[in-house]
Amino acid sequence: MANDGEVKLFGTWASPFAFRVELALKLKGVQYEYIQEDLTDKSSDLLKYNPVHKKVPVLVHRGRPIAESQVILEYIDETWKTDYPLLPQDPYERAMARFWARFIDEKFLSTSWQAACSSSEAEREKLIEEALGYLKVLEEQQHKRLLGGNDTIGFLEICSSFVAYWIIVIQEAAGVDLLTESKFPNLWKWAVEFQGCPAIKQKLPLPEKDRLVAFFSAMIEKIKRYK
Amino acid sequence: MADEEVKLHGMWGSLFSKRVEMALKLKGVPYQYIEEDLTNKSPDLLKYNPIHKKVPVLIHRRNPIIESHVILEYIDETWKTGYPLLPEDPYERSMARFWARFVDEKCLPSAWKAACSEGEEREKFTEEVHGHLKMLEEQLRGKRFFGGDAVGFLDICASFVAYWILVKQEAAGAEFLTESKFPALWRWGEEFKGCAVIKETLPDRARLLASLKAYLEIMKAPK
Repeated sequence: MANDGEVKLFGTWASPFAFRVELALKLKGVQYEYIQEDLTDKSSDLLKYNPVHKKVPVLVHRGRPIAESQVILEYIDETWKTDYPLLPQDPYERAMARFWARFIDEKFLSTSWQAACSSSEAEREKLIEEALGYLKVLEEQQHKRLLGGNDTIGFLEICSSFVAYWIIVIQEAAGVDLLTESKFPNLWKWAVEFQGCPAIKQKLPLPEKDRLVAFFSAMIEKIKRYK
Repeated sequence: MADEEVKLHGMWGSLFSKRVEMALKLKGVPYQYIEEDLTNKSPDLLKYNPIHKKVPVLIHRRNPIIESHVILEYIDETWKTGYPLLPEDPYERSMARFWARFVDEKCLPSAWKAACSEGEEREKFTEEVHGHLKMLEEQLRGKRFFGGDAVGFLDICASFVAYWILVKQEAAGAEFLTESKFPALWRWGEEFKGCAVIKETLPDRARLLASLKAYLEIMKAPK
């Protein structure tokens, strides 16, 4: 490693998880080198830095790798204590941000991805029901402004970029109806605002929709074929 | 309820609930414990955790906090001057968080799948368990505890590996963690369980064994 403070990010353009980390680095004003991974042909470096999960994103700082996007986000927040905190100061507010970020990933994201990749009609219907249930919870919370506006892109908002954008892409790629304006008006409104948010657009534009839809369509087809 | 009062809704056998008790005790935080019957959940539990309806739930300053890892970090950040759960260094903190997630996302499910299956399927899942345990064992690196010289966040989150997994393997008639296969993990487990606070918090073995055996019977019964 050339210099001690060097930051490297192993990611892929389509990954919602890699996007989170990149956005956090940009918001913090941290310089980094981005290494684009081809997930069908992972680099030896990636496998060396994340032997447990063999996935992106991986952040390497001072030669030491950190994996798992939420873990990386907290590392970034604790290492670069700039004027832009990602997590709130108050322990209870921090607990809430962490809880909802986990809810989004462990419940909603996981279930909706399984629904998208399911080749069994019965299983898919059941998973869709479950995912809609999680969206209903988020919708109710959004009524109370769970997810912030343009001026509060913090840890939770960064993690919820999956709900604001990627799920809309994935549901189109998979041909399922999850987050729709009619069913979830509060979330939809927030998602549209998020996508158009200048603070994000200036720092790190979201990947182009058509390209993402094509990427996820191909990925989902491949997964279904190998089941 | 007084504002600074701490209440914990838990269950005697739940490893998630016990994590929180370990953390509170290490910090020296007094708390009121409410035992939940998970077949007949209290109205308070359903009010404080309407989303998951699960234990543990910590209530402090009238605010409920759920999810054991989240609760542990809350405890560490709220009672800052007490016993430190997470290390100071951001990199060490990220390693503790990464491996704590690994225990819950990998070790727990693979052990559960192995315990509930039989024959070839069990063999396959047991191999998975061994793979996960090996990765976790490597993180000890000759340290007394995952946290270094003292029990920390990751030790507490890995208490499954020190205790519950041993009871589960006995209940299932399986072999997950043995001293010969994982000497470093075994040694850590013994040291961990030997700590006064941990020892007094762990659920009674015979009771836990009976409960797990009964649960496995239900899981294995033809549906």
